[in-house]
Amino acid sequence: MTIKLGVPSKGRLMEKTFDWFAGRGVTLKRTGSEREYAGAVEGADGIELVLLSAGEIPRELASGRIHLGVTGSDLVRDKLADWQGQVAELAPMGFGHADLIIAVPACWADVETLEDLDAVAHAFRETHGHRLRIATKYHRLVREFLTREGVADWQLVDSQGATEGTVKNLTAEAIADITSSGETLRANHLKILSDGMIHQSQATLFAARAADWTEGRDCLAALTAQLGLPEPELR
Amino acid sequence: MATKAQARETGERLLGAFLRAGAVEVTPDMLQPAGTLLDLYGEDIRARAYVTSDPLRGEMMLRPDFTVPVVEAQMAEGAEPARYCYMGEVFRRQDHRGAARASEYLQAGYEVFDRTDPVTADAEVFSLFARLLAHLRLKATIGDIGILRAAVDGIDTIAPRKAALARHIWRPRRFHRLMTRYAGLEPVPPHRAALLAGEAANGAPWIGLRGPAEMRARIEVLRQDAEAAPIPAEVVAQFDALFSLACPAHEAPARLRALSMPALNMAIDRLERRLAAMAARSIDTSDLMFEASHGRTSMEYYDGFVFTFSAADPALPPIASGGRYDALTRQLGGGREIPAVGGVIRPGVVADLEAGA
Repeated sequence: MTIKLGVPSKGRLMEKTFDWFAGRGVTLKRTGSEREYAGAVEGADGIELVLLSAGEIPRELASGRIHLGVTGSDLVRDKLADWQGQVAELAPMGFGHADLIIAVPACWADVETLEDLDAVAHAFRETHGHRLRIATKYHRLVREFLTREGVADWQLVDSQGATEGTVKNLTAEAIADITSSGETLRANHLKILSDGMIHQSQATLFAARAADWTEGRDCLAALTAQLGLPEPELR
Repeated sequence: MATKAQARETGERLLGAFLRAGAVEVTPDMLQPAGTLLDLYGEDIRARAYVTSDPLRGEMMLRPDFTVPVVEAQMAEGAEPARYCYMGEVFRRQDHRGAARASEYLQAGYEVFDRTDPVTADAEVFSLFARLLAHLRLKATIGDIGILRAAVDGIDTIAPRKAALARHIWRPRRFHRLMTRYAGLEPVPPHRAALLAGEAANGAPWIGLRGPAEMRARIEVLRQDAEAAPIPAEVVAQFDALFSLACPAHEAPARLRALSMPALNMAIDRLERRLAAMAARSIDTSDLMFEASHGRTSMEYYDGFVFTFSAADPALPPIASGGRYDALTRQLGGGREIPAVGGVIRPGVVADLEAGA
């Protein structure tokens, strides 16, 4: 019996994940040709490496098809309902940092905080006959945040890419998106609300509660010991 | 757990009682246009309802409740006064697991549209529900959003502040923050001071649908706000006391008067008349809880009397709930309005309790 570890299949996220495990004595590597998504694990027994798109790892964890997975904490929180019931957070990994923020046009001199946004949303709805539109792909996180903060008179519009351009294109009045340096925001004449930090994301190692752990317990115990982590409570 | 057949049988029994009380049965479609619901409830409803698409009618929702289609039907063609009842499935998306969080369940409801005497209509709905649920020995709680609205309206401050507070009665956290700000208990953020001092121009090009005139209008409101006197600390304390008031219903009028908020007088008189109308229908108002904040965190359309019947087991959802929603009829009425009150019972939970009793 082996347990399956899902990691991002390409790019910096994959390299950093490999580095993180290597720094703890576990070698992950791709095998076969450059284009083949196959991998191997050395330094820990009973672990099978599965290379996946980072965006699919939350779903695979939720279904239990992989036992462990590395992906952004923002993706898990946004894609999984009741995420703590579905996965256990084993370790924040210290890379892949990105902030999910709310940004508004920089020309809105009267808006710096959520309180301002709420007041403007109300006036906007009265003037324009529809709610103030916020473009995002992080629907759950943004909706939960604004509801918790008591902001009213907004609606979400789906934007899967080039979200910073939606305000200029008149398809949204504000955006909620991830940013690391804020440069794209500035280039698109947007500014971040001072209290609009929704989530500070980083790459995180998760364990799937729905996975079959009956025979994988020992492997998990050995792996977490090797990585210097406490053994997780999975039920 | 009661089977679906048992739940439906219980629902039919409740529906029969509503019909005997003089209501006409309505059977709204399960698929409702999403636009109306989204406009009324905002994104909240998208998180709670199943959205689907129709090739010709666009975005549709599996009905999350009956209130909106019933009100729409009444506003479109209804005679007055009118009493409606219904029984059928509602659908709610659930983001958290738990036995109490069914995503599909029956609701049996009763709604009264009558402008002659609202407090009597309130008492009619409540006492009908109390009678139908009496054998389950539930805990009943009532509240009155009208009292909270009167309290906000009575604050001696500028109109925009009162409007902002009234808008957030249903969002306690934002309400509290605004109140703190208006009372001067929280410093004005530096950006706002700079803005009012005329130092905020940042040279950014104007983008987006919101126009510069809209910003100037808001800055004018902020200027007016900055010049207004702070709401006195004793008023903030009165609101804290009001929001935390919970007592047996028959004591509520005296307890509310003791808050020394003269703006509440009319609303307290109305509460007293409602309690008298309930007592006249054999409701023991000492066996009933009044909570001033009741209904503040539920759906925004209740704007007067609110009530809930709940079981001793906190894991169970409310067995029945309802209230007055005059403003909703105005929003959906296209210029018309009519006082409206109603509520729903969950036959499935009633059947569970009856099976366990």
